[in-house]
Amino acid sequence: MKSVKHSCWNRALTAAALLLAGAAEPAWAFGQGGARFWFPPAVSSYGAQVDRLFLIVLAITGAVFFLVEGALLWFLIRYRRRDGSKAAYIHGSTRAELIWTVIPALIVLYLAVASQRVWAHIQGPPPPHQLELEVQGEQFAWNVRYAGPDGALHTADDLETINQLHLPVGQVVLINLASKDVIHSFFLPQFRIKRDAVPGMTSRIWVQATVTGNFEIVCAELCGLGHYRMRGFVTIETPEEFRAWLAQVQQEQHT
Amino acid sequence: MSEGHPSSRPGFWRTYVFSTDHKTIGIQFLITSLVMLLFGGLLAALMRWQLGWPGQPLAFMEKLAPNGMPGGVMVPEYYNMLFTMHGSIMIFFGIIPILVGAFGNYLIPLKIGAPDMAFPKLNMASYWLMPPAILIMLAGFFVEGGAAASGWTAYAPLSSTLGAGQTCWIISVILVGTSSIMGAINYIATIVSLRAKGMTFFRLPMSIWALFITAIMSLLATPVLAAAVIMLLLDRSLGTSFFLPAGMVVDGVAWAGHSGGQVLLWQHLFWFYSHPAVYIMILPAMGFVSDILPNFSRKPLFGYHSMVYAISGIALLGFLVWAHHMFASGMNPALGTSFMAATMVIAVPTGVKMFNWLATLWRGSIRLTTPMFHACAFLSLFLIGGLTGIFAASMPVDVYLHDTYFIVGHLHYVLLGGSLFGAFAGITYWFPKMFGRMLDERLGLVHGALTFIFFNAVMFPMFILGIGGMPRRIYDWTQYAHLTHFGGLNRMMSVAAFCLVTAQLIFMVNFFWSLFKGKRASENPWDSTTLEWATSSPPPHGNFATPPTVSHGPYEYSVPGRATDWVAQNAAS
Repeated sequence: MKSVKHSCWNRALTAAALLLAGAAEPAWAFGQGGARFWFPPAVSSYGAQVDRLFLIVLAITGAVFFLVEGALLWFLIRYRRRDGSKAAYIHGSTRAELIWTVIPALIVLYLAVASQRVWAHIQGPPPPHQLELEVQGEQFAWNVRYAGPDGALHTADDLETINQLHLPVGQVVLINLASKDVIHSFFLPQFRIKRDAVPGMTSRIWVQATVTGNFEIVCAELCGLGHYRMRGFVTIETPEEFRAWLAQVQQEQHT
Repeated sequence: MSEGHPSSRPGFWRTYVFSTDHKTIGIQFLITSLVMLLFGGLLAALMRWQLGWPGQPLAFMEKLAPNGMPGGVMVPEYYNMLFTMHGSIMIFFGIIPILVGAFGNYLIPLKIGAPDMAFPKLNMASYWLMPPAILIMLAGFFVEGGAAASGWTAYAPLSSTLGAGQTCWIISVILVGTSSIMGAINYIATIVSLRAKGMTFFRLPMSIWALFITAIMSLLATPVLAAAVIMLLLDRSLGTSFFLPAGMVVDGVAWAGHSGGQVLLWQHLFWFYSHPAVYIMILPAMGFVSDILPNFSRKPLFGYHSMVYAISGIALLGFLVWAHHMFASGMNPALGTSFMAATMVIAVPTGVKMFNWLATLWRGSIRLTTPMFHACAFLSLFLIGGLTGIFAASMPVDVYLHDTYFIVGHLHYVLLGGSLFGAFAGITYWFPKMFGRMLDERLGLVHGALTFIFFNAVMFPMFILGIGGMPRRIYDWTQYAHLTHFGGLNRMMSVAAFCLVTAQLIFMVNFFWSLFKGKRASENPWDSTTLEWATSSPPPHGNFATPPTVSHGPYEYSVPGRATDWVAQNAAS
């Protein structure tokens, strides 16, 4: 009986320590460098455009946020109930209401146009491409398919890898997305692109990497119990390295 | 039509259980949804345990969920069930029933000066569909394979492939949808036909306008959800192919016999309901806040007419924006443009409301009571929910943020910061009317302040996680290289989440203590203008001793030349 009680106390203390550590850690981490609490660095041709659009929205909404929260606090303090003062008897003001209808309307019009320009660039007709490949989602892996020597996809000499996507830096690559079973979502955080892989249809995106390096493919659409571990790897390399890698895959799979 | 005062006194069962009195039904909805909100919150706390300390055992859960947490360690399937049930319970059994079911029922007849609802028996039926719906939803935890695990959005075809728990989910949603439709018909009929003499549409309090427009939205949107889940049920049980294309191979098994279905059709139908549902969950809260701010500022609501047009505009636009949930789905990018435009436009009427609320406070005489605190917290938090919606409306930004924690943060600022703070403003404001006793002010403010602090501590970091690229609905995020530095932040959020749930104990203590021991409430403890305050607290069966006649607008505060700083809607002149 005593030992049970003892272990309960131990557990409670451990829990308390964990809770305290939980609160202290992020404060410390913020002190160490807030930059890590931001976007992962962009590595695609349109990544900077997306980040810039985000910053425009942040600047506008941030200004509105401080304006409204500031006014709210100011009014709560300035107009708190005091003896002898009476509230004003005002039902509204057409002029004021017109102002705060028209100004937000102009702001969202601007945001709509700015969004549409970036959208048309990323999601509109892709620029001329140097490489086309297919990524098929499957519970719980990414099947990548490159064209073999005949240069065409879905022929006998295709090259297939699982969870390994290699891309040549600087080249425009078309990625056809498909799914074998349920919906998955092909998410490359550093590329600022995400597109669902939907069974029964093929979806197309394009990417152009700007630097070499190793990154990850995230599955962003719930696809079942193994959703959390549906992780793939992206290797961005020079065109020469990419060709060498493809030749090596060719040798492994077709000789 | 209602019969007013029945000659014989109804017995216990007819008074407290199978009652047709709108006030009893409202309180039944209130208690049911508060219990479900607490349960949904506990499910969220379990999720936060896994997110804060992935894979660490939680010993006492071994007994409660032997399959989901063997040895106290959560398995991935159970995590998926938790967020599915958390979302479904909070939306279908928490927020919608507390805002629409509880306050809609309680307030509509009282505030329009009617003795009861237009269809009291339909009203009773709409409540009594809730308990079986809840039991069937929860039964999912005990069937083979466990509860539904495809998210509250139940995207096909994942939801087509899951086991019996998903069927429970579908049946439960059909029942709760039927309940919503019954309630909506009743509200519309009551507001249109049972208003007291002199209660013109433009003398209705904003809460009633909001509930009226919510009911219209509910009536138009809910049948689409019902159709969608029935199609899903047919795909699962009778071999139809509404959402199933040819050539699917699931877990090594070819799904022969299915062809021609469209996977994206589910999303179109689901969001055609569920985006209006977002407004079903926020408009009533906006209505309550629009009633509470003038009262505690002792000042008329600023721009009453534009407030009515704004919620009507939001409701109309709310039907035209559903596919902004699908910017990354692979639908035609040109569609994305039109849905983005409609979504951006919604910011305009929403902004009008926000600025009108602020202008209501301007030059007021403000008393920061518990209901007023919650109403101001609503303004402050809903603002963040609304502004972060603009990030999500900008499609290129949304493509990155979609299905990350940014969206989880955004929706919690709208639904918890907005809807639930609105609901707590409503509970603390109308509690004296409902139960004839005052809530304790000090406990109320402490509960409100702690909830406000812990809520922000859990939800604001979600924006940072989302910007960092952390996907939602993820059992173990630690494996991703770009997220490894988020351990401390996630643990802090989990701690805050546990505190947030714990702080609700204060509310429970206050609620039950005040129910029996609270100070007796007068007829009109807040010196309010609207009709529910023109009868006893709590009102008798039939609501008013004599039917009221209305000759004033709903927000006549601080009228010059009056002895009191308020003029009741039914005051003689």
